[in-house]
Amino acid sequence: MTAGVKADIRVRGPWTLALERLRNDKAGKVAALVICALVLLALLAPLFSRLTGHGPAEQFLDIGLSPEGVPTGPSRRFLLGTDGLGRDLLVRIVYGTRVSLLVGLLASGTAVLVGTVVGIAAGWYGGVVDRILSRAMDVFLALPFLVFALALVAVVGSSLTISVTVIAMFSWASVGRIVRAETLSIREHAYVQAARLLGASHARIMFIEILPNVAATVIVYTTLLIPGAIVAEATLSFLGLSVVPPAPSWGNILSDAMAYYRVAWWFIFFPGAALVVSTLAFNILGDSVRDALDPKLDHDSGAAHEATP
Amino acid sequence: MTGRISRDGAKSDVLVSIEHVVKEFKVRSARLFARTKDIVHAVSDVTLDIRRGETLALVGETGCGKSTLARCVVRLHDLTSGRIIFDGQDISSASERAMRPVRRRMQMIFQDPYGSLNPRRRVGSIIGDPFEIHDLARGDERIRQVRHLMELVGLNPEHLNRFPGDFSGGQRQRVGIARALALRPDLMVCDEPVSALDVSIQAQILNLLGDLQEELGLTYLFISHDLSVVRHVSDRVAVMYLGTVVEVAPVHALYTHPRHPYTNALLSAMPIRAAERAGDRTEVILAGDPPSPMDPPSGCRFHPRCPRAQARCAIETPVLTRRLHDASEHVTACHFPLADGESLVSEAPAMALS
Amino acid sequence: MTIVPAPARMLARLVPPSAPPLLDVRDLHVSFQTPDGVLDAVRGLSFSLDRGRVLGIVGEPGSGKSVATQTMVGLTQGARVAGEARFEGRNLLTMTPRELRSVRGRGIAMIFQNPLSSLHPLHTVGWQIVEMIRAHDTMTKAQARTRAIELLRLVGIARPERRVDDYPHHYSGGMLQRAMIAMALSLNPSLLIADEPTTALDVTVQAQIIRLLRSVQREFGTAIIMITHDLGVVADIADDVMVMYAGRAMETATRDGLFHAPSHPYTRGLFGSSPRADVDEARLTPIPGQPPSLLALPAGCAFQPRCSEAIARCAVSSPALSSVDTDDGHRSACWLTAEAPSS
Repeated sequence: MTAGVKADIRVRGPWTLALERLRNDKAGKVAALVICALVLLALLAPLFSRLTGHGPAEQFLDIGLSPEGVPTGPSRRFLLGTDGLGRDLLVRIVYGTRVSLLVGLLASGTAVLVGTVVGIAAGWYGGVVDRILSRAMDVFLALPFLVFALALVAVVGSSLTISVTVIAMFSWASVGRIVRAETLSIREHAYVQAARLLGASHARIMFIEILPNVAATVIVYTTLLIPGAIVAEATLSFLGLSVVPPAPSWGNILSDAMAYYRVAWWFIFFPGAALVVSTLAFNILGDSVRDALDPKLDHDSGAAHEATP
Repeated sequence: MTGRISRDGAKSDVLVSIEHVVKEFKVRSARLFARTKDIVHAVSDVTLDIRRGETLALVGETGCGKSTLARCVVRLHDLTSGRIIFDGQDISSASERAMRPVRRRMQMIFQDPYGSLNPRRRVGSIIGDPFEIHDLARGDERIRQVRHLMELVGLNPEHLNRFPGDFSGGQRQRVGIARALALRPDLMVCDEPVSALDVSIQAQILNLLGDLQEELGLTYLFISHDLSVVRHVSDRVAVMYLGTVVEVAPVHALYTHPRHPYTNALLSAMPIRAAERAGDRTEVILAGDPPSPMDPPSGCRFHPRCPRAQARCAIETPVLTRRLHDASEHVTACHFPLADGESLVSEAPAMALS
Repeated sequence: MTIVPAPARMLARLVPPSAPPLLDVRDLHVSFQTPDGVLDAVRGLSFSLDRGRVLGIVGEPGSGKSVATQTMVGLTQGARVAGEARFEGRNLLTMTPRELRSVRGRGIAMIFQNPLSSLHPLHTVGWQIVEMIRAHDTMTKAQARTRAIELLRLVGIARPERRVDDYPHHYSGGMLQRAMIAMALSLNPSLLIADEPTTALDVTVQAQIIRLLRSVQREFGTAIIMITHDLGVVADIADDVMVMYAGRAMETATRDGLFHAPSHPYTRGLFGSSPRADVDEARLTPIPGQPPSLLALPAGCAFQPRCSEAIARCAVSSPALSSVDTDDGHRSACWLTAEAPSS
């Protein structure tokens, strides 16, 4: 029970509360810092190139490789060692960050956008619209990812755009399903019926009443979708289906490393570590965001220590 | 709370005419290979009038169809059959576009103060919705109107930037009322507006509704299961059971000489908050629970639980009409209505369903 | 804010003085630590209940009535508890979880407002009653099942030998509550705590349940604590009544005493603001304002901000329960009563 508007207690809206909870989450903060560092790396990639004096595609066949043609390990000149063609691994990995983040964020963003629109529409309109859209989602969920990617690349050739498109195509349907489920439950609430009673148009209800309430789920799902997209891109580029060499990406570096793993541990280790760290960071941040946005911890239901019927 | 009952000519007297309304829901059967889809007969052939300026109460227990009927009146549900005539206009099958102007004239307040406001929107925005949807006021003018509405319902206008979570149940209900009033409707459907509130707050909201009715000339369709609240607010009462109306009467007549056995049972089951209580009061205890609206009994739907039922009741559905020597306003659907002062004190139904 | 412990032993006067009270609560305090501060849910509650009597606890949400009883049986998590709650002489608040578990069921049973959430949806009702019995008693499964059927019949469920194998979702609301009562009675407890058992039920079903509880009390001599916000329910079933507000008892009396002459301004406010089904009234007199936030209670009497009869003293210190009528143990926590000569 509250005394009118809780005058004695700081009044906080649902988003403010969520931010507060995020601020108190140590693991989340560390993860967020790591992600910021990654973004910085991606943005400042040319700086690395300048500082070390090595370009990402520059081959140092004489100093970068041993006389037998084996890549050299971490040294003062090549901080993380070199790859099979004597290229600076550090610079390549940093440039690879660009690809991973770009594809990860773009593909997830697109998937979430499409999935949200489709999910809300399917959930709200119901009937025939729902049936069609749900079948579409089922189809996309049933298609095999890699086979499709292979086929597409065979026809169109590989590129960054293809990567983003393919990954988005295979992610939007799961977002759509979840958003549709949330929409189905939200539309039963009295405030949605009140909006209908007022004569609100379908578009208005979907955008103003339903969307803010699925936003929490969508945001959480996005932060969990990103690491998946990053790994998906790495998979694609590992198979040579993504960026065109010599452009570096973590996946294609790993692919090159396959031939050298016995003699050059750094060649596999560092790009692998980059992949693991970034995936972990996004996953942990996703968990923190989910906890922060959990409606059960919100104001009204949270203050129910008193036995409210 | 007494409403002004219009004494104009009979034509303008009736604001809403509900004619033979039927509402059924198809339910997907729980069985894997079901031949027929189960049908929930929520409302079965209801005919009622709502008069301008009055408060008509719909009472009944869970599953009687009162909420469904109310939602049919405001076209939140489509009708399975029958007609709804609002101020002379047939809105039974009107499209959403045709309904838009009518929507301004009928509004609803909901039972659940926690579910009736979008938790992610600010209160001022919620109350301002009607103005935005119908493009009635913008910017500063809209804010001015919103503040005025908030004052009208007893809220502090300074709080329009707060979220619903910051308000108590009673205050949220006030926000819902403000939102409903924004368009200055003629008809307000109140679906159990105080059931979810504390007793001390209930009285505040009931008084508010009464004041608003007088000030703004509103007509109320008031739905409740609480007979004490109903007695306090209504002019006329319609009692519903399992999708049908069993009795309609002016409020005083209903409470002092109910005709239908179910009404009698409802009234006697109410705990009386009286100081004079000599031992156990005699109450009509109905056996069992109301049957399911998916499989309603034949004839009079109340007959399996009725202490007075006879063979005729299972065959012939009684019609809502004047009984005994009642005034034309008091109609009952029963073959064997109760006489004045008569009450049923019996536990066993006369004809139980096997 | 002064807290004055006030054991309300006057209620025991109505029972032969030789019988000690079944439940004796003294100065119970329950508080919770929340991010917004300390929430005092129960602040110095004292009452007692004799064997076979029915105590009605009336209060609105936030009054602390549910927290008090749930804390007594150990159902509250993370609370700071002080005071005593002696059941059959033993202090419940200092028992180990194991000891409490043995008290729950045999000594004290509890039923709640929403029976559907108290029953496991994936087990039959019969199984749940049987489990309850066998957890506290050494019976074979067959014996326990027979007893379960017996109990279901006792609470008025038709064809109990068939119903015992049904799942909770096959039962209606009223039947579920009956099944809960059956479960509660399975071990013959001396005290049954009913927390708003009829609030979620239709009025005709409510009447059935109240009648059932009354017959249980008569036949088995079970003491009942009936927690409700509905004065009508209290009038129906209670022998004694305690009115709670903001974690404290505002008024205690016999049922007749309370209904004939409600003394505390809050009680009178409750009467004045509830509509009556048997009388025509012009206008209700609501209690102005809102119940206080338990995180930020006003100094002095918790009801004072909303009280039309408050005097200066009310805002300064909190009144203890003082006698309204020494004959029948009618007490009210109000300065106006304390300062008036008691009759």
